[in-house]
Amino acid sequence: MPNATLTANATAPASAAGTSHADAHKTSAVDDLCARFGADSFIPQASADDTPTLWVARDKLLPVLAQLKARFPMLLDLFGVDERLRQHKPLGAADFTVVYHLFSFRPCEEIRLKVAVSMADLSVPSAVNVWPNANWYEREAWDMFGIQFSGHPNLRRILLPPTWQGHALRKDHPARATEMEPFSLDDEQQDQEQEALRFRPEDWGMQRATEDTEYMFLNLGPNHPSVHGVFRIALQLDGEVIVDSVPDIGYHHRGAEKMGERQSWHTYIPYTDRIDYLGGVMNNMAYVMAVEQLADIKVPDRAKVIRIMLAELFRISSHLVFYGTFAQDVGQMSPVFYMFADRERLLGIIEAVTGGRMHPAWFRIGGVAQDLPQGWDTMVRNFIDSMPARLDHYQKMAMDNSILKQRTVGIGAYNTREAMDWGITGPALRATGMDWDLRRDRPYGGYDQFEFEVPVASNGDAYDRAAVRVEEIRQSLRIIRQCLDNMPAGPYKSDHRLATPPPKERTLQDIETLIHHFVNVSWGPAIPPGEASFPIEATKGINNYHLISDGGTMSYRTRIRTPSFPALQQIPLISNGLMIPDLIAIIASIDFVMADVDR
Amino acid sequence: MSELGTVGFGLAIILAAIGGAAVLTWFERRLLGIWQDRYGPNRLGPLGVLQVLADMLKLLTKHDWIPPFADRAVFVFAPTAIVVAMMLGFAVIPFGPELYILDLNIGLLFFLGMTSLAVYSVLLGGLASNNKYALLGGLRSAAQMVSYEVFMGLSLMGVVMLSGSFSLRDIVEAQRDMWYCIPQFLGLFVFLIAGIAESHRLPFDLPEAEHELTAGFHTEYGGMKFAMFMLGEYLGLILICCMITTLFFGGWLGPWLPPVVWFSLKVFILICFFILLRAAIPRPRYDQLMTLGWKYMLPLTLLNLLLTGAIALVLEGRSV
Repeated sequence: MPNATLTANATAPASAAGTSHADAHKTSAVDDLCARFGADSFIPQASADDTPTLWVARDKLLPVLAQLKARFPMLLDLFGVDERLRQHKPLGAADFTVVYHLFSFRPCEEIRLKVAVSMADLSVPSAVNVWPNANWYEREAWDMFGIQFSGHPNLRRILLPPTWQGHALRKDHPARATEMEPFSLDDEQQDQEQEALRFRPEDWGMQRATEDTEYMFLNLGPNHPSVHGVFRIALQLDGEVIVDSVPDIGYHHRGAEKMGERQSWHTYIPYTDRIDYLGGVMNNMAYVMAVEQLADIKVPDRAKVIRIMLAELFRISSHLVFYGTFAQDVGQMSPVFYMFADRERLLGIIEAVTGGRMHPAWFRIGGVAQDLPQGWDTMVRNFIDSMPARLDHYQKMAMDNSILKQRTVGIGAYNTREAMDWGITGPALRATGMDWDLRRDRPYGGYDQFEFEVPVASNGDAYDRAAVRVEEIRQSLRIIRQCLDNMPAGPYKSDHRLATPPPKERTLQDIETLIHHFVNVSWGPAIPPGEASFPIEATKGINNYHLISDGGTMSYRTRIRTPSFPALQQIPLISNGLMIPDLIAIIASIDFVMADVDR
Repeated sequence: MSELGTVGFGLAIILAAIGGAAVLTWFERRLLGIWQDRYGPNRLGPLGVLQVLADMLKLLTKHDWIPPFADRAVFVFAPTAIVVAMMLGFAVIPFGPELYILDLNIGLLFFLGMTSLAVYSVLLGGLASNNKYALLGGLRSAAQMVSYEVFMGLSLMGVVMLSGSFSLRDIVEAQRDMWYCIPQFLGLFVFLIAGIAESHRLPFDLPEAEHELTAGFHTEYGGMKFAMFMLGEYLGLILICCMITTLFFGGWLGPWLPPVVWFSLKVFILICFFILLRAAIPRPRYDQLMTLGWKYMLPLTLLNLLLTGAIALVLEGRSV
């Protein structure tokens, strides 16, 4: 182990780990709830992913959430649904729904709570006092659906500009430019828009001055070299010390969830690449696995291993970008060039296999787009053989550098409890000492067949977050080597009738295949009605697509839960009281992508 | 040298310094490129050296914009101050036994004075811009310069003690038997660090710190005025390397080759070292830099002074 602060736990058979922990909870969460609140308080709903889903009355919501928190420490996601046009409405639904997706690590369990609200009274009690990260999710639901959260400390728009008219994810809000008047922006409007973005400390309960200090308010971003995209954080400064800070997001919002409602299940795949644009096919993975669950498609083994190999290659690619920019943001100039050179070789492999680089859009419903090209194994082998020595080199250059340590050790620390309260997942959670990885603790897509270790650190500070990721690169190399040595033969796509695009070989031989191919390619597959979500361990934490199908060729609602969104919400908690350079080190250690935050 | 000769030589030095600083912008990028597995500017002219010309043309033809909220007079004055101060610093450098503009008997103090003046440039530039990032950069530079100036001057006193003179020519002549980098290694170490801080280059580029303060004190500057700051920085780099050569590495002294070649060679190697430092080391935090200065550098300097003084006294006693 290259670093003393890191410990790693060998792969435990998931089922054994699961059952031993599961003994702690003899009864199911649903039974517990029914025992406490009465079975008639809930209406269960079936879902394609077998996650218990319960409708609960609005007035019982907060007590139910409070009880569930003991068992489900994390609010994984909170989002709205506009049910008004849904044909296969579940029992209990009204005009709008607020969904609470709760997550437990040991045992690995999920539960979904749904609250129905009618158009006449669009209000739900706020869950901010139960989970602090509900704050931003509720603001998002307000922004997108106009649902009020009573008791919310500062319910204002979060993704769309404050001047926006309407609520974008409502079904009656236009989705395309052609459905609206042509856009124009004259000078006067532009001034108004700019004025609307001015930071007013009073809106956030900040004082401009105390008796002996006059604070400086610094607008860091949305254009700033170290915010990794268009992210703005307003700082209340006393000298260079940060008294308080307000992260402001939404500058990268492209309405990916809205687009999901206008694209066929198949043609939405390229949009997913652009969510975490450093994660490439990792995004495809979360999406297609959710669709496959809805359609009940089993993926052949070769496709599974190809998927894992590419996903891990992209994990390395993403972590390399993180590693380089992390060193760069604390002022070390050179490492980023070495890491980008490595990433370039890696993207060469991706290009040879998929034809794309950053956005390959290469996974398909039921498999992958093509078989691996000839010679792929040599390319991959050369890459994974060369990497360990390079990583040792980087370790000496960056991670062992005493100035880098001075800048990052003890900076921006939080513990496991806080991480869970704020929805932090992935390497940032493992850096706090939480020995948990979805790939090992609830393997999906074939990960149970692989041997790897889960790197864990202990302090949860900026340095540990980096150290965990560095070690994850080595573990990903290990997984890729296993893919390389054990690539199964066989088809690369399922022969399920909904797998897209359908096989073409026999289209000119028999009419049935021709019709099927024609319909499935021109309209796209019609996925059976239902709901499913599929959390995966993406490059930055848990990525989860919650898909609602109404039985059509397009999704009724596509909800994308990303790991970057909650991470930014937590910044004030860990950076207040520190200095500007510390904030930069913290931002560098988070490893977020603004497209992953704003979607 | 005649009066006219001195003026001519002075002009030649100014042109050489500016030319050197200009070429250095290209050289640094190429060198960093080599160390970072990439090319750097290699397209224009042989090895890309004409990039200097292209950059100059670009900067000269840029719109010379002064922000409406800035303090106009100071804003314009600030970038010139650093260039003028650095240029004046060259006046006392002996490039060879007879190659110098001025042989002041307080040459060393003159040099220290000029580098201190350069601080005003950064400070005034930061204040006049009326920009929050520039203000923070200006504040940082004020604190950094004031604290590093203290032991920058003190670190050289050992050299003065050994040579018994403030004149840079005498100091070089006194190194005929042994370069001062050996008896004054502590002084050299401290002066080197203070020199980096003084020329505010990475890892001590805190007033600029583009990852934190976008561009620090020169955030609002563009075109030629920005170029003046850059010029000042590179002139400062050359000047510091000239000083280190003169004070610690025997100036023009060396066998076989002509003195001025020895001098240039030593300066060149030092410049490469400074660039390597920039490529290798991360930036400490502002308060960590201050801690380093006051808690480690200053005591080290004082220790060096005490030791040098004691040894000088002992040696003097023996010779008497």
